[in-house]
Amino acid sequence: MNFAVLQFPGSNCDQDVVHVLRNVLGHSARLLWHKDSSLGEADAVIVPGGFSYGDYLRTGAIARFSPVMDAVQRFAADGGLVLGICNGFQILCEAGLLPGALIRNRSLQFRCEHTFLKTATADSSFTSRIPPDKLLRVPIAHGEGCYFADEETLARLKANHQILWRYVTAQGEPTEAANPNGSLDNIAGICNEQRNVAGLMPHPERASELILGCADGRLVFESMIHALVGKPVALAT
Amino acid sequence: MSEPAITPELVQKHNLTPEEYEKLKATLGREPSYTELGIFSVMWSEHCSYKNTRPLLKTFPTKSPRILVGAGEENAGIIDIGDGLAIAFKIESHNHPSAVEPFQGAATGVGGIIRDIFTMGARPICSVNSLRFGPITEDAKRANSTGANELSPIANNRRLFGGVVAGIAHYGNCFGIPTVAGEVYFDKSYEGNPLVNAFCLGVLRHEQIARGQACGIGNPVFYVGPATGRDGLAGAAFASQDLTEESAEKQRGAVQVGDPFMEKLVCEACLELLATGAVAGIQDMGAAGLTCSTCETAARAGTGIEIELDKVPQRAPDMSSYEIMLSESQERMLIIVHKGREEEVKRIFDKWDLPWSEIGVVTDTGHMVVKHHGKIVADIPARKIADESPVYQREAKEPAYLKEVRAFNLSGVPDTQDPMADLKALLGWPTIASKNWVYRQYDHMVRDNTVVCPGSDAAVLRIKEDCLPAVSATQHATHTTPEKLIALSVDGNGAYVYLDPYEGGKIVVAEAARNLACSGAAPLGVTDNLNYANPHNPELFWQLKESVRGLADACRAFNAPVTGGNCSLYNQHPAGPIDPTPTVAMVGMIDKPEHITTQWFKDEGDAIILLGEVVDASDPLFGLGGSAYLQRIHGLKNGTPPRCDLEKEKELHLALRALIYSGVVKSAHDCSEGGLAVTLAESCISQQIARETPRLIGAQIDLTEEAVPPSPPLEERAGERRPVPNLDAAVHGDSPTADRAAALRLDALLFGEAQGRVIISVAAVDAVKVLAQAKILGISATRIGTVGGEGLQIKTPGATLSGDVTELHDLWWNSIARAMR
Repeated sequence: MNFAVLQFPGSNCDQDVVHVLRNVLGHSARLLWHKDSSLGEADAVIVPGGFSYGDYLRTGAIARFSPVMDAVQRFAADGGLVLGICNGFQILCEAGLLPGALIRNRSLQFRCEHTFLKTATADSSFTSRIPPDKLLRVPIAHGEGCYFADEETLARLKANHQILWRYVTAQGEPTEAANPNGSLDNIAGICNEQRNVAGLMPHPERASELILGCADGRLVFESMIHALVGKPVALAT
Repeated sequence: MSEPAITPELVQKHNLTPEEYEKLKATLGREPSYTELGIFSVMWSEHCSYKNTRPLLKTFPTKSPRILVGAGEENAGIIDIGDGLAIAFKIESHNHPSAVEPFQGAATGVGGIIRDIFTMGARPICSVNSLRFGPITEDAKRANSTGANELSPIANNRRLFGGVVAGIAHYGNCFGIPTVAGEVYFDKSYEGNPLVNAFCLGVLRHEQIARGQACGIGNPVFYVGPATGRDGLAGAAFASQDLTEESAEKQRGAVQVGDPFMEKLVCEACLELLATGAVAGIQDMGAAGLTCSTCETAARAGTGIEIELDKVPQRAPDMSSYEIMLSESQERMLIIVHKGREEEVKRIFDKWDLPWSEIGVVTDTGHMVVKHHGKIVADIPARKIADESPVYQREAKEPAYLKEVRAFNLSGVPDTQDPMADLKALLGWPTIASKNWVYRQYDHMVRDNTVVCPGSDAAVLRIKEDCLPAVSATQHATHTTPEKLIALSVDGNGAYVYLDPYEGGKIVVAEAARNLACSGAAPLGVTDNLNYANPHNPELFWQLKESVRGLADACRAFNAPVTGGNCSLYNQHPAGPIDPTPTVAMVGMIDKPEHITTQWFKDEGDAIILLGEVVDASDPLFGLGGSAYLQRIHGLKNGTPPRCDLEKEKELHLALRALIYSGVVKSAHDCSEGGLAVTLAESCISQQIARETPRLIGAQIDLTEEAVPPSPPLEERAGERRPVPNLDAAVHGDSPTADRAAALRLDALLFGEAQGRVIISVAAVDAVKVLAQAKILGISATRIGTVGGEGLQIKTPGATLSGDVTELHDLWWNSIARAMR
C-alpha cells in the first residue's frame, strides 16, 4: 500500500508513522510537504501528531488552511481513507472532516501515559481487525485532547456508531478515572458518517512494536491495510 | 545615537573588576567603546569563560578512545558508539532565569541545550533534566522550622516547581523531543534559588560532525532564525551574579522568551542544510548571542570575522549596537557557508519560511569587527577575548561547619519507634516520592525510541536509522545501520556533597554508574553541571574544589570521561548559599535488547538478593549520615555521609552486568535515598502498566540473619527471635570495630544509605547459582527474601514491618500531586 503522511511545520510524529508503516508493517510510506497541492499516488492519508504551526492560535487551526489540506478534502470526499492521530485528529476536526472539537485537558496539564482503549465497533476501516473484546494499550501525549461536541452531534455519533474508541480501565469500564482528559463519554477516537475518515488522540504508532512494550496499536494500521487490500477485490465481484 | 562614556561605575555595573578592566585595555591597546565593554563583560563572565573554575575543570579525565570531540573543543562532546555512529550530549544550567521567571527560564534552558546539540550536526533525540527546589510540603519536623510564616516560601517553591516543569514540558513537547529521565530534590537550601539543569543528546554519523569554526577566508557569514529583540540582554552576565531580592523585578528583562516551534523549524532546516555540504561552520547564538558566536567561531578557526549589524534582522526599533550584540533572543544560528553556495542556504531557509540574512564575511585579520550605521563599533582580537579570559586560582578554606558534621553521632537520635510509619513518611517525601506528576507532563515517547520510560533507575532508548540526520541526496547510505541501545541517568545528592564534598562528589558519579549498571548498561561518558555558590567565599570554593576532586576520581574509576558540561556559580539567595550540587548525567550503552533490565519485581516466587553489604559496619553512622531518614524523620541534615569505596563499587557494577548478561536477572534496583526499605518498597510498587493501573506485587523479606538460606520457608523461623543487638555500642558509635550485630540499629538496617548496594530478583531456581556466581565475582550477595505474598513484609531482629502495597503505592505515587493540588 502507498501511505501519504502529511508534514506540516511543527509535525513531530511524522517519522514515527513512516517508521511503523515502512519498517514494521512493510508498506510504502512517504512524507508529503504541507505546501504540496496534490497527494500524488496514495491509497491512504495519515495526518500525524505534533504541534503544527506551533499550535499557537488553536490546535490545528492554521494547518487546515495548508494547500495539502485541499487535496485531503478532495481525497476524503472521494471515499479515500484518512486517519488523524493526536494533532492530526485536531486538524481533521478544524477542517470539518470530523465533527466536534478537542479542547484543553480537564487537568489543564499535558498528559503522557499509557491508556486502555475499548473499541466500540468493528464496523470501520480502522477497527475491523481488532478482536471484539480486546482492550488496546496505547499511549497518549497531549495537552488538548478533551473531546467535545454539542448534544445533538454526540447523539448522532452514537446513533451512527461513529465512536470508535473509548478510554477504559484495565477491566474495560469507561470510568471517570480511566478518562485522561475529560473527553465527553470517554471518547478517544471517532469516524465520520461515511466511515472513511477517523481521528484518535492516542498514538497507535507508539504501540506497534514489542520492544516499546506493546504492539496493540498495529491493529489500527492493519485494519486500514485490510480495508485497502479488500477494496479492489470488492470492486471485481 | 550617543553611547555612554566609560566610567569606573559603568565598568563595575558590567561586573568587571578594575584589574579585569586593565586587562581589557591591554588586550585592545586602548579604551573600549561602550559596545566593546558589553562584549567583554559577557565573554569574561563565569558563564562564558569559566574563569573561576577552569583550573579545576582541567583535573577531569577527558580522554578515551571513543571520544571524537572532547571537552571544551566545541559546543558539545561527541562519543563513538560503533558502526560509524556517534552521540553528542551536554548538560547546561538555567538556574538564574528560572528563579526569576520559571516557565520561560526553564523552557529556554531546554531550547539552548537542544541548539548546542544540533549545532554539532546531530539530530537531538532525547532530553533529561535535573531540578532542585525548596520544600513543597510542610514536614512534621522540618530543619530550621520557624513555624507560622513558613507557608509563603512553600507556596513560592510550588510556584517555581510547577512553572519550571510546565516550561520544560512546553518546550520539549512542542519541539518533539522526548524527555526521558530526570531527578528532582526538594531542600531548604534551594529556596529562592532553584536549579534547572537541562541535558540533551543527539545522534549522528562520524562524517556528519559539524564544527563551530569560521573557516575559509572570504566565506560569507549568515544569520538564520528569528529576528533579534531586546529580550535576554546580557543574560550570561546576569547568570554570573548572586541572586538578590530585587533580582526578580530588575532582571526579568534578562530572561529570554522561547519559541519551540521556531526551534523545530531551525533544527530541521539546519540539518537539511548540513546534509548539502555547503556549511563551513555553524554555531548557535546562545549565551551572549551574536557576540559569543562570532568570537568563538573566529577564535577556533584562527580567523577573523566582520559583521554588519544593519543587516541583522531586528524586531525592535532603534536597537543600539550594544543591544544587538548582547541580545539573547532565542532560536538563532550563525552559519558560515562555503563561498558560491549561498543559494542553498536561501533555498532551504525559504522552504521552511525562516528569516535569513547574510551579515558578514570571514577575514584573515584575527579580529572580530562589528560595523553599525557605517561605523566600526567594535574591533577585538577574537582569540584573545575568547581564549585568554582572566583565570583565577581562588582561595579555598575548609568550611567551619564540617567540624560539627564530623563530630555528629547518633547518641541524640532515638532509633525508629514505628518503622512502617517512617517508611511511609519517606515514600511520601517529595524527594523520594514518584515523580510521575513531573514526567507525565513531558512527552517521553515521541520519536518511537523510548524503550524504558521514566520510572526505572535509568531510561533506555534505542537508536534506529531515522534518529540520524539525513544524508545528502547525492550520498547514499551504503549500509543499513544496526540499532543501538543507550541508557541515561542523572544524579546529584547535594546533601552528601554539603556534608562531605569529596565523598559526596564520588557518590554522585557512583550512583549514576550504578543506575546504568542496574539497567544493563556500561558507561560511555558523562557531562557534568557544577552548581555552586559564590566562588569568592573561600569556604564555598573549597566545596567546589573538593567535590570536583571526588567527581574526577570517580569518573576515572568508572572509565567515564567527562565530555563537557557547565558551571553555574553564584547560586545563593539572601538566606544563604545552596548546597553544593554537582549533577552528573551519565550515558551508557547496552549491547543487546535482552540485557535491558528494569527495577520492579516481576513474578511471584522469585528470589530477592541483595548485592553488597547489608550494613557498612565500618561507618560509625551506619549509612545514616546525610540520609533521607535523618532529614525527613528527625529534621537533621547532618553527619558524615556514607563512604564510597570506588574499587568495591566498580566490582559491584561489573558483577551486576555479568549476572545480567548471563540472563538470570529479572529486576535490578539501586539502593540509594531511603535505604533498603525504600528500595524494596519501590521494587514492589513502581511498575505502571497504564493510567491508574499500577502493577503491585508483594515481597517477604527477612533481615533477621546475615544470610538467609534459600530454601527454608519463612514460617519455620517465624517463632525465632534473635537477641536484640547491643544498641549501646551502635548509639555511641565509639567502637570502630563494631561488629555486624552491633551495627543493627533498626533505622540503620532499614533506612541506612550505605553505598554499593543493589537489590536484584531472580527465578527461585537460579538463586543458588547467582549467589555462587557473585562469590566467584568477589562481591557480597545475600538472599533476603521472596517476591509475592500479602503486601510488603520485612522481618528484622527488632520488629516486623507489614505494609499494604496499595497504600504504599498511593503514598509514593500521589504525594507530589497532592502537594501541588
